[in-house]
Amino acid sequence: MGAKMFGARVPRLEDPRLLTGRGSYTDDFHLHGMLEAAFVRSPHSHAKIRAIDKSAALAHSGVVAVYTAQDLPTHLRDQTVPFQVPNPAISQPFQQRLLEDREVCFAGEPIALVVAESRYAAEDAATLVEVDYEILPGASDAKEALAEGAPLCHAGSPNNEGAKYTVGYGDLDAAFSGAHLVHREEFWIHRGGGFAIENRAVVAEYDELRDMVTIWSATQSPFLVKQNVVDMLGWESDRVRVIAPDVGGGFGPKTVYYVEEALIPVVAKELGRPVKWIEDRRENFLATNMERDQYWDMEIAVDADGKLRGVRGRMIHDTGAYMPWGIISPYISATTVPGPYVLPAYKLETRVALTNKVAVTPVRGAGRPQAVFAMERLMDRAAEKLGMDRAEIRRRNLIPTEEMPYSLGLIFRDGKPMTYDSGDYPKCQAEALRIGDYDGFRARQEAARAEGRNIGIGIANYVEGTGLGPFEGATVRVQPSGRICVYTGGGDSGQGHWTTLAQVCADKFGVDISEVDVQTGDTGTIASGVGTFASRIAVNAGSSVHLAANEVREKAIKVASHLLEAAEEDLDIEDGRVVVKGTDQSVGLAEIARAVQGMPGFSLPGGVEPGLEATHYFSPSQSSYCNGTAVVEVEVDIETGHVEILNYAMAHDSGTLINPFVVDGQVQGAVAHGVGNSLLEWMHYDDNANPVSATFAEYLLPSAPETPNVDVVHVESPTPINPLGVKGAGEGGTIPSAAAIAAAIEDALSPFEVEISGAPVTPDMIVGKIRAA
Amino acid sequence: MSDRRTVSVTVNGQSYEREVETRLTLADFLRHELLLTGTHVGCEHGVCGACTILLDGITARSCLMLAVQANGHEITTIEGIAPNEDELHPLQQAFQDNHGLQCGFCTPGMLTTLLEFLRDNPDPTEREVREAISGNLCRCTGYQGIVNAALDAAKRLQAQSGD
Repeated sequence: MGAKMFGARVPRLEDPRLLTGRGSYTDDFHLHGMLEAAFVRSPHSHAKIRAIDKSAALAHSGVVAVYTAQDLPTHLRDQTVPFQVPNPAISQPFQQRLLEDREVCFAGEPIALVVAESRYAAEDAATLVEVDYEILPGASDAKEALAEGAPLCHAGSPNNEGAKYTVGYGDLDAAFSGAHLVHREEFWIHRGGGFAIENRAVVAEYDELRDMVTIWSATQSPFLVKQNVVDMLGWESDRVRVIAPDVGGGFGPKTVYYVEEALIPVVAKELGRPVKWIEDRRENFLATNMERDQYWDMEIAVDADGKLRGVRGRMIHDTGAYMPWGIISPYISATTVPGPYVLPAYKLETRVALTNKVAVTPVRGAGRPQAVFAMERLMDRAAEKLGMDRAEIRRRNLIPTEEMPYSLGLIFRDGKPMTYDSGDYPKCQAEALRIGDYDGFRARQEAARAEGRNIGIGIANYVEGTGLGPFEGATVRVQPSGRICVYTGGGDSGQGHWTTLAQVCADKFGVDISEVDVQTGDTGTIASGVGTFASRIAVNAGSSVHLAANEVREKAIKVASHLLEAAEEDLDIEDGRVVVKGTDQSVGLAEIARAVQGMPGFSLPGGVEPGLEATHYFSPSQSSYCNGTAVVEVEVDIETGHVEILNYAMAHDSGTLINPFVVDGQVQGAVAHGVGNSLLEWMHYDDNANPVSATFAEYLLPSAPETPNVDVVHVESPTPINPLGVKGAGEGGTIPSAAAIAAAIEDALSPFEVEISGAPVTPDMIVGKIRAA
Repeated sequence: MSDRRTVSVTVNGQSYEREVETRLTLADFLRHELLLTGTHVGCEHGVCGACTILLDGITARSCLMLAVQANGHEITTIEGIAPNEDELHPLQQAFQDNHGLQCGFCTPGMLTTLLEFLRDNPDPTEREVREAISGNLCRCTGYQGIVNAALDAAKRLQAQSGD
């Protein structure tokens, strides 16, 4: 019997291909006769289009076609992207048209599509498309957009309020009127994007003989692409295949369906030739969805002993010009505030503002970093005002482990009452404090101050709903060669699903993971799927692989009992062979797989169904709640405002671990994203909502020197919600980061009595605050 | 408009000659003319470093160079790093063993940058490694696995050269 694979710290199966340049990303496809596309996009945040003249572009050498809205098939001219997640709280669910020819509502909105023999020719011609604009004022800042008399995001709409809702529970009046201490403060979190190093990309090919469209897209969710293509274009579902090949990072924005994923297949079918569109980085800044961008006005009520009595307030969420993903992000924000604490009363009113910017949809963390920032900063303020240690006030309020499962009194984004399934929050916080040497910090700080150095420490907790339904399926199939194949619907954009799903599967057959192939993200290999987002693949696809592999194992034993003429209970599987226990008799999986292919005219052994395979679609009863604590130590240079992260400790509980090596990587990468949101990433817009930072020279991603090593400790509280006990692990690192780093900066600057109430905290802000102090 | 020239280059030890538009970038030439798609393009403005190749052994951003500028030069790309089909270069092996990649998109530039760096600095500190890859963006790993891989590779390469 081979070594146990589930839970082992094994290197990834994906790597040799990717390390030798043999990956296949969407731009790597070179199909026979392929054309290339470039978009004409609005250079204005808000404008009426008076006229479009494409004649010069059409006449340009190498150009095959130029499409404006009026050149699309009739039923698509006014077609908008399907509204994917409706909610009654949404009053103005604006959705984007495939191509706009009346009113553009963000800089980057597509107006025309040029298709040519090369990308170079397509881009030349795109500059020749003449668009006559009447420039309109743009709604830029979300708070200002909701004010009376603000420029309208969409001309003719009554106002810029896209949605409004309130969540909460408990008696707020009692909580606040009887409080020992009440503190009110406003917070903000700035816009931030996914910025995968691979931009979006689509290739589409129409096979006339088979009447079949194949779409390769750098997407996290090929099944959502297929569903939307079918819904929008009216094509039959079995005539469309969507493949997410190697995808160079996702981080949320590649979850959502975009107009380019409709247009490229449409023109490929029209022109009868494959068409490729590769988003360039400028387009990525303009037209790929972003997130964050919220204002919070919050109030906390506590007792003299630091016990929470209530939290209430208002939040404004900037949703951009369209709402393809509804109010998912701000709704998650609203339900994240209570976090790991016993919070007797809570109420948040949210207003969602339409602004003339690219749409806001989830980015790694999905609404949670903002909520955690507001809540954790309130906890710090309460501690400060009570003269209590920041860790101690948290410890006093953590939900005790014995109260799990713990019902919050809120409804989560999955429509289910929020019930934390498992977790040991006190242990998690204690572990983070231990590895971050929190107890030794004040001595370190004193010593540093004696040397004229300003160091500080911050702490933040979070709880995160992961493993969202409705399902993700898996087929496990033993091929006639004996190799095991696993198929699942969500795409892989770096998570290492081949490795981790192979680990779930391999033990069932006693084989090494190298005996297992995993194919992800291809609608041609499994009937249904959802996608890789919301930290859901280990939970959903992992559980499906577990169930399907168990069924295949049982079937192999049943067939083998006929082949070996032995009772099923005398059989076991070792090293990919079914053996008669205590004997040297055995039969290999290859032979069993061939036996159930059948022989013409003969019955299958044991009357089984043909094929050594099984498919399961695991559907969780609710989300499983991951949690964690970040403890961060920083040094602030008071002259330059530079923040150096000296130590980053993270205790992380995502239930049972399939591969700690991979989970460590997920946490470290997620922390880096959080560091970007905390210190660097700033998407500049002018007062009219025109973007002014559309390169990596202006919008700063964290690079190696400013990204810390993360000391990760795993606390494992298995969830009872799925058979593996696993929870999602892809986003936790990002969620508490800004809150902890802001707290650490503030602590470092405590001699100057500087208050940090927003993120990112940039050097100029720090210097400005010190000077103003 | 389309000024064309003949470009002769050696890539990973193999000679190629193509007639191309003078404005064709070296990255597009490698990827779409020679079909060596292991080199990636992430920003087209020289910041992300995914397109980094070795030109006569020195790192260069292939998105900021024209194919015609590479005429007569020797290029190494990610496809040319491993000693043979079945074996990885010690740096590549260190990347796998230290979880130095997730989506793999920045990896070609990380590998070429570190090949040059470790050749010139065989025994680097962590800080030096971080500075060396400061012009290569990775959004997946948080750099920790990459830095560990580089330090591990340095040891492996030193052991190898000491053999």
